[in-house]
Amino acid sequence: MSDEMMLKQFQSRIDNGEKIEPGDPMPDAYRKTLLRQISQHAHSEVIGMQPEGNWVLRAPSLRAKKILLAKIQDEGGHGLYLYSAAESLGIDRDEMIGQLHAGKAKYSSVFNYPTLTWADIGAIGWLVDGAAIVNQTMLAKCSFGPYSRAMLRICKEEGFHQRQGYEIMARMMSGTAAQKEMAQDAMNRWWWPSLMMFGPHDTESVHSSESMKWKIKVESNDRLRQRFINRTVEQAHHIGLIVPDPLLKYNDQTMNWEAGPINWEEFYKVINGDGPCNHKRMLHHIKYHREGGWVRDAARAFAEKQQETADTSIY
Amino acid sequence: MTLNAALYNFCLRIADNNMILGQRLAEWCSKGPILEEDIALTNLSLDLFGEAESFYEYAAALDNHTKTADDIAFLRNERQYFNFLIVEQPNGDFAFTMMKQLLYACYARLLYSRLSDSKDERISGLSAKAVKEMRYHFRHSAEWIIRLGQGTELSKHKVQFALDELWRFTDDMFEMNETDEVLIEAGMSFNIKELYAEWREQVGDIFSQASLEIPEYHFDIKGGINGIHTEHLGHILCEMQYLQRAHPGATW
Repeated sequence: MSDEMMLKQFQSRIDNGEKIEPGDPMPDAYRKTLLRQISQHAHSEVIGMQPEGNWVLRAPSLRAKKILLAKIQDEGGHGLYLYSAAESLGIDRDEMIGQLHAGKAKYSSVFNYPTLTWADIGAIGWLVDGAAIVNQTMLAKCSFGPYSRAMLRICKEEGFHQRQGYEIMARMMSGTAAQKEMAQDAMNRWWWPSLMMFGPHDTESVHSSESMKWKIKVESNDRLRQRFINRTVEQAHHIGLIVPDPLLKYNDQTMNWEAGPINWEEFYKVINGDGPCNHKRMLHHIKYHREGGWVRDAARAFAEKQQETADTSIY
Repeated sequence: MTLNAALYNFCLRIADNNMILGQRLAEWCSKGPILEEDIALTNLSLDLFGEAESFYEYAAALDNHTKTADDIAFLRNERQYFNFLIVEQPNGDFAFTMMKQLLYACYARLLYSRLSDSKDERISGLSAKAVKEMRYHFRHSAEWIIRLGQGTELSKHKVQFALDELWRFTDDMFEMNETDEVLIEAGMSFNIKELYAEWREQVGDIFSQASLEIPEYHFDIKGGINGIHTEHLGHILCEMQYLQRAHPGATW
């Protein structure tokens, strides 16, 4: 089959709403885009364990500790699940981790901000996971089968994460003056990075048009961002949090909360490695991956010995 | 000591062991040698916090709810904690953590199994649930100890080192005090020393499968159940109790 024919057939399958499975013919660019996106998504889940892990030991109640640990464990599980989805496209996890360490693969830039107080754990659950849900609900409709199915499963758990994050914020907002101050401060620091999670405006987005054509994405960055803003502003007001955007206003005609301009200079600065925690997050991952090397070696050596014993016992 | 006070202390001893070991395991979060194991370690930690919470809640009930389970966990000092010395020891490397886990989980599984027959219904109920989790903790750590012992020269060395270091804290798990005397009398607990032979045989079996040798030095370090700890506990509590202490009366 000629490339042109393949491309045409592929596009018509996409247009018919069919799911593409790992063994199916697909354009190289489709495979590459998905690989980039799914591995980035997997890395994000794993790197995201760091800022939240920062508070596990200091969680202020038994219940909070259990919920946070379970959440971090879920993120790790999502990472595993996504690495497997990426592996279905012909790459292995070691290679993906290598790309991460070499700076060739990225992870969500939002995790390059520090978790300074307990309220940040609430803000991450509510805002960061809240933004992720909006994005992932869209990705559940994407054309690549394994990714779409992974998203369906992940979205269920993220819904729980978002509620627990909001609960932390709500409790703090009905608590002492110090707790309220902490909650508002976390809101002030995490609001804009959460909006940036949806990526550049549609007019600026480099990967978007092809992704839309192939239904890797089915809605635009700005549309998803608007959905998140509408949802979240109401939730903030409900518990007495101020959205740190003096230009934010409600448009009666469109029924949208319209945000002021996003600081894209900061967005690109953090994406390009100059955020407060970029270096720390990578160093942490590299350090512990290296430190675990002898354990992986031992497990491998043991498995080989077991295999040898099994092989010889046949005779 | 009244029976109620003995039961209260006994619940704290069990809960504190879970709490402190859970806290230690949680330190591994995002630091595991492989993602699967990262998840497993936090999962073990989560089980332990769950058990801690159940026993703290029982303690709170025994004390007529003058304090909550959180108050008991987050507002007691070093000398009021009754956990074993082994669970508060630093994690060290992966072999060290797994060795600690094996030595404790093997003990805890036997303990809960016996306590499932306690005349105190709540103790027996909670223990019957906990024994299932400890069976899994024992299996998971035992598999790793064997894997590391039979893996590479380096892993063998590390896991033997862990055993050499941690063995000195094992007698502490079999200590008893007045709390035990009162509970044994009431049929709610038993002579803890009776667990030793079986525990020794079971860990010994794993060590022989892992080609490890039990060290033969003399040791006599005891005191956890009487609130006499190693220097590590204070630091753990410092971190764990920080928010509760810094914001008295706040709810989270």
